[in-house]
Amino acid sequence: MNDLTPTAEERAASLKGIGSTRKRVEDARFTQGKGNYVDDLKMEGMLFGDFVRSPYAHARVVSVDKEAALAVPGVVAVLTAEDLAPLNLHWMPTLAGDKQMVLADGKVLFQGQEVAFVVASDRYAAADAVELVEVEYEELEVVVDPFKAMAPDAPVLREDIADEKEGAHGPRRHHNHIFTWEQGDKDATEAVIAEADVVAEEMVYYHRTHPCPLETCGCVASMDKVNGKLTLWGTFQAPHAVRTVASLISGIAEHNIRVISPDIGGGFGNKVGVYPGYICSVVASIVTGKPVKWVEDRMENLMSTAFARDYWMQGKIAATKEGKITGLWCHTTADHGGFDACADPTKFPAGFMNICTGSYDIPVAYLAVDGVYTNKAPGGVAYRCSFRVTEAAYFIERMIEVLAIELNMDAAELRRINFIKADQFPYNSALGWEYDSGDYHTAWDKALNAVGYADLRKEQAARLEEFKAGKTRKLMGIGLTHFTEIVGAGPVKNCDILGLGMFDSCEIRIHPTGSAIARLGTISQGQGHATTFAQILASEIGIPADDITLEEGDTDTAPYGLGTYGSRSTPVAGAATAMAGRKIRAKAQMIAAYLLEVHDDDVEWDVDRFAVKGAPERFKTMKDIAFAAYNQAIPGIEPGLEAVSYYDPPNMTYPFGAYICVLDIDVDTGETDIRSFYALDDCGTRINPMIIEGQVHGGLTEALAIAMGQEIAYDDMGNIKTGTLMDFFVPTSWETPHYTTDHTTTPSPHHPIGAKGVGESPNVGGVPCFSNAVHDAFRPFGLRQSHMPHDHWRVWNIANSLGLHD
Amino acid sequence: MIPSSFEYHRPGDVAGAVALLSQLGEDARVIAGGHSLIPMMKLRMAALEHLVDLQDIDEMKGISVEAGRVRIGAMTTQHELLTSDVLAGAAPIVREASLQIADPQVRYMGTIGGNVANGDPGNDMPGLMQCLDATFTLQGPDGTRDVQARSFYEAAYMTDRADEEILTTISFDATDGGYAYEKQKRKIGDYATAAAAVLLTRDGGNCASASIAMTNLSDTPVWSEAAGAALVGTALDKAAVDAAVAAMLVDIDPTEDNRGPVAFKNHVAGVILDRAIARAWDRA
Ligand SMILES: Cc1cc2nc3c(=O)[nH]c(=O)nc-3n(C[C@H](O)[C@H](O)[C@H](O)COP(=O)(O)OP(=O)(O)OC[C@H]3O[C@@H](n4cnc5c(N)ncnc54)[C@H](O)[C@@H]3O)c2cc1C
Repeated sequence: MNDLTPTAEERAASLKGIGSTRKRVEDARFTQGKGNYVDDLKMEGMLFGDFVRSPYAHARVVSVDKEAALAVPGVVAVLTAEDLAPLNLHWMPTLAGDKQMVLADGKVLFQGQEVAFVVASDRYAAADAVELVEVEYEELEVVVDPFKAMAPDAPVLREDIADEKEGAHGPRRHHNHIFTWEQGDKDATEAVIAEADVVAEEMVYYHRTHPCPLETCGCVASMDKVNGKLTLWGTFQAPHAVRTVASLISGIAEHNIRVISPDIGGGFGNKVGVYPGYICSVVASIVTGKPVKWVEDRMENLMSTAFARDYWMQGKIAATKEGKITGLWCHTTADHGGFDACADPTKFPAGFMNICTGSYDIPVAYLAVDGVYTNKAPGGVAYRCSFRVTEAAYFIERMIEVLAIELNMDAAELRRINFIKADQFPYNSALGWEYDSGDYHTAWDKALNAVGYADLRKEQAARLEEFKAGKTRKLMGIGLTHFTEIVGAGPVKNCDILGLGMFDSCEIRIHPTGSAIARLGTISQGQGHATTFAQILASEIGIPADDITLEEGDTDTAPYGLGTYGSRSTPVAGAATAMAGRKIRAKAQMIAAYLLEVHDDDVEWDVDRFAVKGAPERFKTMKDIAFAAYNQAIPGIEPGLEAVSYYDPPNMTYPFGAYICVLDIDVDTGETDIRSFYALDDCGTRINPMIIEGQVHGGLTEALAIAMGQEIAYDDMGNIKTGTLMDFFVPTSWETPHYTTDHTTTPSPHHPIGAKGVGESPNVGGVPCFSNAVHDAFRPFGLRQSHMPHDHWRVWNIANSLGLHD
Repeated sequence: MIPSSFEYHRPGDVAGAVALLSQLGEDARVIAGGHSLIPMMKLRMAALEHLVDLQDIDEMKGISVEAGRVRIGAMTTQHELLTSDVLAGAAPIVREASLQIADPQVRYMGTIGGNVANGDPGNDMPGLMQCLDATFTLQGPDGTRDVQARSFYEAAYMTDRADEEILTTISFDATDGGYAYEKQKRKIGDYATAAAAVLLTRDGGNCASASIAMTNLSDTPVWSEAAGAALVGTALDKAAVDAAVAAMLVDIDPTEDNRGPVAFKNHVAGVILDRAIARAWDRA
């Protein structure tokens, strides 16, 4: 060794492993328009499917006349429920244990519901024929309000199960009731509330919204009648689960089904579920023997595929006079639409809503969730969050604010005195979770200092005086949030989807020349897996990240996994990747010892090589070892260098963060101007700071959208009012504020590399932070709760109802 | 989002386009930038057998100012309105308003003619043209005629233009004095919650003339003569501005939509007009 020999630090840096701000390897193709999405697939003889959809939210389907549609040149078939019934495919199971109509079977339950599937030789003919399918409807009474749906005389929505007293999650007590899910100690909580010094009570509504990936949902189904194999390309966030479900419901043997998720243009939970379009495309391909493509348009996406939220959360929070929280009570009415098509782990019909005690040490709590059917689209997916975690975070962060008002206390201080302390971890929450790690006080103080919290409050007070003196019409709001997520589902002992344990996997092959390919059971939709998972491996096995190919999404080649959503990829598949890497290293150690002619225990790992202990100049690099694995006959060791790991996480991970938003509100127009947004995230070990920053920016912008305008709204007749991007708010760069990102690092104690997941934190924390800022601006005038989204007229309406326009 | 099928025509001059319209009858429609029409076709709210594209008609393009009169060819894009220095000199309010329309992508394609001929109450140009007291020149099988913008709009998507007429030119007098185009919208690319176009001239400390038009607050643009009159001869004190706002509120007739209920729209219309007047007066 001499001066030119790279140091260990230099060697480590050249690997671009964990901690490196490596540029995203995916971006070269995406930014040059070279991505390969489902709709880019073109195949010989491919047919196109398109749906006839219901204009009514609740109606009986009296008849369907296909004749005129079938006469359109190029139209091959028009499928209805009657055609699917002999195959028993007119209904399909949902991920939530309910079933859903594939095509209207006698009635429709929401506007936009699939009624018939037209198959034609091109898209244009299909669209023309859709117009010509004549459906006769008989309108029925519509219920869009989940509380009215539970009235004794409410119309029966689901006639198929009207008399069933048991649902997938226990007893049903009304024909429009789906389930009741209870957690915690009801009696103890109610006793604490009855005796408390102070109780704040509020209804917190988290409105219905919808993920809005750039690419809508779609698929291409191709049944090869010669070999009996079905290939299904699609926008699937969980390709293996789709394969298993497809096999179970179609009867096609699982080895004869190949599911491929090509590049996916964003998912955000929208692409987890199974949609009628997939089933119809498969059936159409089986019937015609030709590939069939179905890609929904934006309006179809917004009106029919999975929505998010729509939780009415009635809360009570009890505290001592000094502000120490003594108990939390929550009853949620969950509007599920016409079918329960939530994508939650089976045992959690309301997802992880029981993380609603948040970052606080709350001795007793009780949560009950009632799922209800209404005449709205089905869904209830985790829109850039782990299952119902943003609902939970919004609930607790609003209740804290309301409690602060009740106590006449500063909301930052109220949080501080109630945080779970660093030495309480692992912490068992009153609603049953074991928080793995956290250091909330450190993060909180860092955040408050960073924004100059005390000065902001002074400025706000001065502004208020000016406002009262008639010198300004702008109020200033300071939004605070400290959130705790629960991600990385999850331990097989309590997490499964349709009976499939929620482990994940990684398989690695090291090539003779020392480069590698790794395949995972997850699928990136923009998260940058090909970049970050290669970094994990680079650090684990000493091969440069640039020399590692990462592949996901093809069920014929990738190991089985449950896919990407709920921030589970890094916590679960990332762990599998590290563990598979460690298996590689274990074998590499034996090979190195053999090559160096020492005992296995006499070599030690050193960044990218094994060196003889005490003689670092005697070493074999991973590259040397890889070559040896393929060209040397080593006694007692099989040739090759491969490993696979299926990782069943021992616990969830609990990322957290402290966010602060400052905004100005024009009380006369209802316009808001976000002056600054500070986001401190603690996601444990940081694999790629640049990707984290990108994820935080994206998630905050989606949070901004949801808090400030984005909604799926219906009128009383069940007509969707926000079915296009003109009315469904997606912010442009113009509306998007500048974000300041920051971090603390509290590694997960049980994750192999201490990582926790970050992609969804900004949405979970961002929504309450924006909303709290709006509320905070009006706090001096007596505002307690005003439901999102805080668009111009609703903000104006707050000001108006508080008399600020008089 | 796929339109029904149609035949596509691309005449080279106005006469050819008019001839096509007369010959094809009510199943034909002209297409300019397509940024109002194509979305309607994709939604199948407009189903047309024939599209007559005006892109190749050079005589319908361009901006000129002669003897204090501004002439704009109907096929001039909104982007060109923004970038024309001649126009900015002669009527700066047009640039200020054009900047509030949609986004750059839409403005590269969308034309002033399409914007004013469309008859969509959400479009910004019709109100602006009423404020400017513009003249629309229409050419049909029987020749050309002029219509004032202030009497062109009948109801949503209904104008004085006959089916076989083409709007060829828009003209108005160059402005002096103060101007402002104020628009509240939910986001970039959105139509107005409320918008106000204001032109004022000053005579010493008093307002000499005033023209006020409001957008997306009725099923047509609203030129509020009374609002303008309330300002003339005053020093634009609070009472005068309040009177103008009150007069404007009588003339508009907003409806509830996703932007908000009527009370909100009325309130915002008042605030927006108030601000537009203040800004225009500052510049007068
Ligand atoms: C996302 C988006 C946001 C938008 N936001 C705004 C906004 O904020 N403000 C705004 O004002 N506009 C807005 N628009 C509309 C845009 O400005 C359109 O371009 C404009 O309204 C129509 O102009 P066009 O040239 O595209 O006309 P086209 O769409 O081609 O035509 C519109 C109608 O006018 C008729 N027509 C066109 N030219 C003539 C002519 N010379 N003679 C007779 N009839 C004619 C057509 O037959 C058609 O009926 C928006 C559009 C989009 C897509």
